[in-house]
Amino acid sequence: MGAPFLIGEAMTGGYGAGPDILHDCTIAVDPGEIAVIVGPNGAGKSTGMKAVFGMLTLRKGSVRLNGEDITALTPQARVGKGMGFVPQTSNIFTSMTVEENLEMGAFIRRDDFSDTMAQVYDLFPILKEKRLQPAGELSGGQRQQVAVGRALMTQPSVLMLDEPTAGVSPIVMDELFDRIIEVARTGISILMVEQNARQALEIADKGYVLVQGRNAHTGTGKDLLADEQVRRSFLGG
Amino acid sequence: MIDLLNALVVLGNFVIVPAVSYGAQLALGALGVTLIYGILRFSNFAHGDTMAFGTMAVILTTWGLQSIGIGFGPLPTALLALPVGIAVTAALMLGTDRLVYRFYRRAKAVPVTFVIASLGVMFVMNGLVRFIIGPDDQRFADGERFLISARDFRTLTGLDEGLAIRTTQVITVVVAVIVVAALFWFLNKTRTGKSMRAFSDNEDLALLSGINPERVVVITWLIVAALATIAGTLYGLDKSFKPFTYFQLLLPIFAAAIVGGLGSPLGAIAGGFVIAFAEVTITYPLKKVLGYLLPEAWEPASLVQLLSTDYKFAVSFVILLIVLLFRPTGLFAGKSV
Repeated sequence: MGAPFLIGEAMTGGYGAGPDILHDCTIAVDPGEIAVIVGPNGAGKSTGMKAVFGMLTLRKGSVRLNGEDITALTPQARVGKGMGFVPQTSNIFTSMTVEENLEMGAFIRRDDFSDTMAQVYDLFPILKEKRLQPAGELSGGQRQQVAVGRALMTQPSVLMLDEPTAGVSPIVMDELFDRIIEVARTGISILMVEQNARQALEIADKGYVLVQGRNAHTGTGKDLLADEQVRRSFLGG
Repeated sequence: MIDLLNALVVLGNFVIVPAVSYGAQLALGALGVTLIYGILRFSNFAHGDTMAFGTMAVILTTWGLQSIGIGFGPLPTALLALPVGIAVTAALMLGTDRLVYRFYRRAKAVPVTFVIASLGVMFVMNGLVRFIIGPDDQRFADGERFLISARDFRTLTGLDEGLAIRTTQVITVVVAVIVVAALFWFLNKTRTGKSMRAFSDNEDLALLSGINPERVVVITWLIVAALATIAGTLYGLDKSFKPFTYFQLLLPIFAAAIVGGLGSPLGAIAGGFVIAFAEVTITYPLKKVLGYLLPEAWEPASLVQLLSTDYKFAVSFVILLIVLLFRPTGLFAGKSV
């Protein structure tokens, strides 16, 4: 097996000139795979993902996409390279319609993106119904669909999701996970941070348990779910 | 019945027609303020003087055109001079942005720093305008003065009261409608306009989507320069141009933008008309209107002028206070101040 498609390897760093939050942390994902970062509060889960996306300064380590070193690129440049990012909060344009949100997602594309928009509408049929409504008027789960849809508009090869199910009901959460699996089936790599560790690991090909900015456990989702120590410490038995 | 018509005509002549054109001028001014607030995220105190600068550029161009014998028939020559005025003002705006605001943007300064910086810009522009054209009153309206004069209206209708509609008032309203329609089309239908709204809505996500902030800033200044120049020129045509008056316009313009909801273009327009109608109605002596409407015995002895015109700014101020106290986000739910 060769090097992973996207890998943040041995990352050490923090926000700006602040103290290090990540210590020698490695996160990787392959095409069509779902990789999930879980761990206790303050473990640096979101920070780890932001590091992969270039939102903090790395003092050590590197990020490589498809073999290319992208450590020095800005987040915007990484979007151009095929990475899509859905922030945890403020991840939609609330005053704009659903359709305009998707158009803004495709802002860097100069070609005709109506096909991609149709695909997003196929994936999230409710968005097609509400496409002329301001996105701020939608429910929490629908907003998350808009946010994911916006990120898909650039046709990314990697989609990064920061707690996509934060603040939605369990039913909506299951539905969102189903959609995320569907996205992964189209060949897009998914890297996501999740609070709902058990459900997330159930759909994960790869799981990373972070503790205090370090890799505590790494394995397939199934392995981690079966691991006695992981169960005891993070999954509540 | 005739009394009622006469009352309506008096009201139309002295309140409605002037308030509509004044409201349109305020709305255009407030649109500029609200765009800067929504996209660049600060209250631009230099806006009144930007309008003065733009109008000055238009006046100088008008004089130039007149001296070589170019006119616009029955319409004011200033309309022909508008594009030049807009271009000069746009250059000044972009220069100011490069010289002043960009520095603070890169330093990620807090909004209040921008406000104070804009205050400095205001003083510089203030001086610049007075230096070039002087502090005095300038009249630059030419062409046909009336669309319909009070005398013509009286002979036409046989009523006792006349309704005069000045060409500049009609031009104000027509130009304002065209400008507003164009602006809304741009903001809602074009890719660039949408990217400006996206930037105003959620700056971080706009950056993530690949929207170039510097480009948004440049286009915002261009639009603001055009709005300020047009608003100032229409006001100057309708009344007269005096730098100090334009500086004073800052209050009703800000009141209009805040009443409508800062950051909301639709609100700026509504706010402009609210302020204009309030100001004109409250400072106009309503004796004549009431004289026609009420029985003779009830005819008011006083002028029924609620406020002297010297205090007209108090009207904007009071409305501003009421809105800030009871509905801080304005009529159209803009950003709270």
